[in-house]
Amino acid sequence: MFGDYSLGDLGAIFAMQGFAGLILFSVYVLMALGLAIIFGQMGVINMAHGEFMILGAYMTYLCSSFFQAHLPSLFPAYFFLAMLIAFLTSGALGMLVEWGLIRFLYKRPLDTLLATWGLSLILQQAFRSIFGAREVGVELPSWLIGSVQVTDSIEVPINGLFVMAVTTLITVGVALLIYRSRFGQQVRAVMQNRAMAGAVGIDTEKVDRYTFGLGCGIAGVAGSAFTMIGSTGPTSGQLYIVDTFLIVVFGGAASLLGTIASAFSISQTQSTLEFFLSGSMAKVLTLLAVVGILMLRPQGLFTLKVRR
Amino acid sequence: MADDNDQRRDRGLHSPLRRKLLMGLAGAPVLALMPRGALAAAPTSAVNTSGLAVTDSEVTVGILHSVSGTMAISETGAQQAEKLAIEQINAAGGVLGRKIKIIQEDGASDWPTFAEKAKKLLVNDHCAAVFGCWTSASRKAVLPVFEQYNGMLYYPTFYEGLEQSKNVIYTGQEATQQILAGLDWVHKEKGGDTFFFAGSDYIWPRTSNKIARKHVENVLKGKVVGEEYFPLGHTQFNSVINKIKLTKPKVIFTDVVGGSNVAFYKQLKAAGIDLSKQVLMTISVTEDEIDGIGGENIAGAYACMKYFQSIDNENNKGFVTAFKKMWGEKTVIGDVTQAAYLGPFLWKLTVEKAGSFDVDKIAAASSDIEFKGAPEGYVRIDPNHHLWSKTRVGRAKTDGQFEIVYTSPELIKPDPFPKGYQ
Repeated sequence: MFGDYSLGDLGAIFAMQGFAGLILFSVYVLMALGLAIIFGQMGVINMAHGEFMILGAYMTYLCSSFFQAHLPSLFPAYFFLAMLIAFLTSGALGMLVEWGLIRFLYKRPLDTLLATWGLSLILQQAFRSIFGAREVGVELPSWLIGSVQVTDSIEVPINGLFVMAVTTLITVGVALLIYRSRFGQQVRAVMQNRAMAGAVGIDTEKVDRYTFGLGCGIAGVAGSAFTMIGSTGPTSGQLYIVDTFLIVVFGGAASLLGTIASAFSISQTQSTLEFFLSGSMAKVLTLLAVVGILMLRPQGLFTLKVRR
Repeated sequence: MADDNDQRRDRGLHSPLRRKLLMGLAGAPVLALMPRGALAAAPTSAVNTSGLAVTDSEVTVGILHSVSGTMAISETGAQQAEKLAIEQINAAGGVLGRKIKIIQEDGASDWPTFAEKAKKLLVNDHCAAVFGCWTSASRKAVLPVFEQYNGMLYYPTFYEGLEQSKNVIYTGQEATQQILAGLDWVHKEKGGDTFFFAGSDYIWPRTSNKIARKHVENVLKGKVVGEEYFPLGHTQFNSVINKIKLTKPKVIFTDVVGGSNVAFYKQLKAAGIDLSKQVLMTISVTEDEIDGIGGENIAGAYACMKYFQSIDNENNKGFVTAFKKMWGEKTVIGDVTQAAYLGPFLWKLTVEKAGSFDVDKIAAASSDIEFKGAPEGYVRIDPNHHLWSKTRVGRAKTDGQFEIVYTSPELIKPDPFPKGYQ
């Protein structure tokens, strides 16, 4: 397949392919971060994670329509506001859900699977009733469309760069919040030993609510960013949920670093295989590798050393 | 004056002898000699000998589409069109003097549910005809039900072919009808000699691409430089886009479906593939899909269909106006929506030709039924229960509509079992 190409051409293709892998990596990290907090830290199997993402996407859609109709001069900048609104809406809904549903289930983690799966169906139907069954098109400001010409033959998509930037910012933000702030300390304390955390004066209910809201809010931001590369429809969330869980579980549920490492290895395997084989085969082989490694190492790539 | 033979009593008195007697009656030549007006008032016992839900004033039909679940995105348009057609038929006096009553069921994007609901429509509701299904999987799930309980299904989607049933009328195109004329056109007009196929990984894209490959290699003497499939719901296409850049095909030929479609075109555009220079031909994007993809992301691509909303003829103008009046100014009409609209009309014409609602008679009378009022123009049912129709190539514009650049001069014969393409 490479016979007819000059070295320069090949170099360019491999550079772009490497970049494709990096973009996929950022997308995976962004997808998985929210869940890493909710599932990894809190142990809630949130099947509705995809729907929280799509809520963020719909908020972006509303924003884009609103700016187009009423504030066309500010349209180029609407995306930042949209991401903020996506974060707040998904976060608020997350806190509501925690208060109304999840908090009764902390002692029965498997039941959260069923409850949040039901929630995901309810949300899907709600989207369908509110926004219609058809997918909606989110209009992007023109500076987010197209690609940067690095050399004559190397082109890098701008939206990919944008996703990478957003992912980096949010990852650093979350890492600081969880490992460097007082709130993060409380979160980790509650997750490790709820009773003891309560005993030393931490308001565990409040910490739970904010943690869950934070995870959902990040899902919303991810959904908002994904309007640039994917579809926005009532069931689009389902496209992401499997990959998301795969990454979090593979990474070792409780570790943020594990999530990042797992997203990196899965995305690189996937995109390299996809280049040499077909999309379907790439997926099959990636999943096989993940299953194989999880059989050898059921706890995932990274684990926390915790006394249980 | 029709007798008081209402359908419940009719079924209550069911016996093989009675059925035979009535069949004999219905087939009596006297009936055939009657003028149309007299036929319209034909007694229920004569036009319905098999216990269908037909009364003196009403006939019941079923609509079976997904209004929930993944497929609701696609199937919404189809069921809207069917309801519009039925409303229009009722406004014009109904079928054989009877108003059409609709029972709608939701297939919920789940194939066993489709089969269950189909059984309900046939066994409990005794629907005279059912308009429905979208995916091939749902059609395959209901097919045994329609054959076992002898129902009539009008199926609107373009599909892979390799099927033919007494109990189904296929109002969409089978694969050769949709693809071949388009490939010929792109070969002749755009100098397409190297092709890259990209599709979702299930039966329709695989069969379509198989047919396309045979045509490219054997007839057009071109080359397929790549053939790629992605799992349904795949959202990351950067690797395949690089592969396309590497193989430099003249034509990218795609049948990616669902949410993947949106991701594919957005990423194609972001990767700097300019569709005003690179020829891309799709058989899976209609006006409906562009709504989600965004016109600016796909402008310049060619689509190969039998119907576009922008077709300029009187039938279509009337159809588009009526559709928007019923379902809102913003709705768009894609290929399948139009094909679904044909269903009720074809059924009405067949019933009138057969002079009966009986499924056996309709199945037999279907061949050579012509519908001159079709928005796509004239269509005719072939004895193989598929439609003769034209193939068109449209070029996507930024406003989400297509500019029609080619219409096949003749109606194309449906060929569900194409020789040399399997």
